[in-house]
Amino acid sequence: MPLGLLFQGFRRRPPQRILPAAKPLRQRYDVVIIGGGGHGLATAYYLAKDHGIRNVAVLEKGYLAGGNTARNTAIVRSNYLTVEGVAFYAESVSLFANLSHELDFNIMYSERGHLTLAHTDAAVRTARWRAEVNKHLGVNSELIGPEEIARICPRLNLSRHARYPILAALYHPPGAIVRHDAVAWGYAAAAARLGVDIHVRTEVTGIATEGNRAIGVETSRGTMHAGSILQAVAGSSSRVAELAGLRLPIRTVPLQACVSQPLKPFLDPIIVSGSLHIYVSQTARGELVMGGATDPYPLYSSRSTLEFKEGLMAHMLELFPFLAEVKVMRQWAGIADMTPDFSPVMGATPLQNYFIDAGWGTWGFKATPVCGKRLAQTIANGKAPDLIQPFALDRFANFVQIGERGAASVGH
Amino acid sequence: MKILQCPLNGPRNISEFVCLGEVKPVPGPDAGVAQWADFVFMERNAAGRVREWWLHIATNYVFLVDRDTRSDEILATYRIGDPRLQHPTGEGSAS
Repeated sequence: MPLGLLFQGFRRRPPQRILPAAKPLRQRYDVVIIGGGGHGLATAYYLAKDHGIRNVAVLEKGYLAGGNTARNTAIVRSNYLTVEGVAFYAESVSLFANLSHELDFNIMYSERGHLTLAHTDAAVRTARWRAEVNKHLGVNSELIGPEEIARICPRLNLSRHARYPILAALYHPPGAIVRHDAVAWGYAAAAARLGVDIHVRTEVTGIATEGNRAIGVETSRGTMHAGSILQAVAGSSSRVAELAGLRLPIRTVPLQACVSQPLKPFLDPIIVSGSLHIYVSQTARGELVMGGATDPYPLYSSRSTLEFKEGLMAHMLELFPFLAEVKVMRQWAGIADMTPDFSPVMGATPLQNYFIDAGWGTWGFKATPVCGKRLAQTIANGKAPDLIQPFALDRFANFVQIGERGAASVGH
Repeated sequence: MKILQCPLNGPRNISEFVCLGEVKPVPGPDAGVAQWADFVFMERNAAGRVREWWLHIATNYVFLVDRDTRSDEILATYRIGDPRLQHPTGEGSAS
């Protein structure tokens, strides 16, 4: 046992809290961020660190990182399909890889490699396409055949007699899993050290406007003036935007996931199959984290369905038949904001000083650092950097969408 | 299994249907590009009672559904031209 840990165990002092205790609301903040999830906290941190804007408030209706930051399947990758998407997520992966050091907080970044299985000729074609786009932009991805797949993941059922035999895979070595809560806590602690106010149990009830300009925020604990406002409320984006008089190109749909009982480590890479609607990885404590496609119709409820579990388990057994006796331990759902082109919405809105971070569907967690960094830059400079400019809300009015459906983990 | 009461086929498994999206006013023939973009992409995406177009896949039958998007309840289903549709969503129809 490390001596430091032993020493800590005998100390009479209670453990130190990571975050400062609750404070009263200030009258005015330079930037108010609605939503205390990973994205909001990361934006607050980069505003304070990169741009010296420290009079910042993060408002959270419930508790920190209790929404989709807590409900994703913690996968990080950059093997996207469009040039815009690959460049954006590649920066996210590089920020993630150094995040434990930067925040002085262990986010348990674990590089595993990421295999997207192709069971049909069409899927092989998409995988080859993605590999070429990735390589062109300096992202490590390649198309590999069954022999190489067997070397990387020997437990996978590669039989040619399976219902959907595995023909090839897109192999993306930088694919990683991360302790998702730690990302939010690390950003929150680092932001608080730099002077950011984090207000939990503070629900936003209205946006004060003057002409075409947002000037303040009304909350359940009082009102405040704001220089700029950012909404980063995955799952409630349309409802909060409505407070600001905005409509969004979003349908809100639940995404379910589950975890098995802990097993001996047998699955090093992250396995994804678009045809079987499944993605799975094994955590450090041995649980299999499994997810599938979003629910078939819009809903704001995180209820669970038998259909989801039946479908997911049937497909899991096609890939790993020996899991038949393994039990499911926990099951949950996140509320995902789906956009028509499967890309996010970031940046300015028709309402001046009101910025948006929404439409993160099923791909939000993996963008946490880059989204925070680039939105902080957008708010500080009043202009979106080239990296996120293509994801602006006005792309729908201009008919220039970023079609990422081909790189979504599973069919939707 | 969740059951949806189809006006043509009676009670069927909801997996036989596709949700086609919320009912919204269609732009007129002289509408501009901005209005069409708004119609095609923007959603009210309400949390609560909504009225939507649904399709029964096997019979290619389109009809309307009132649903609660918080509680996942089907509140009412209508044929196109149903006289109850004169009432706006959430009023006049029993829930």
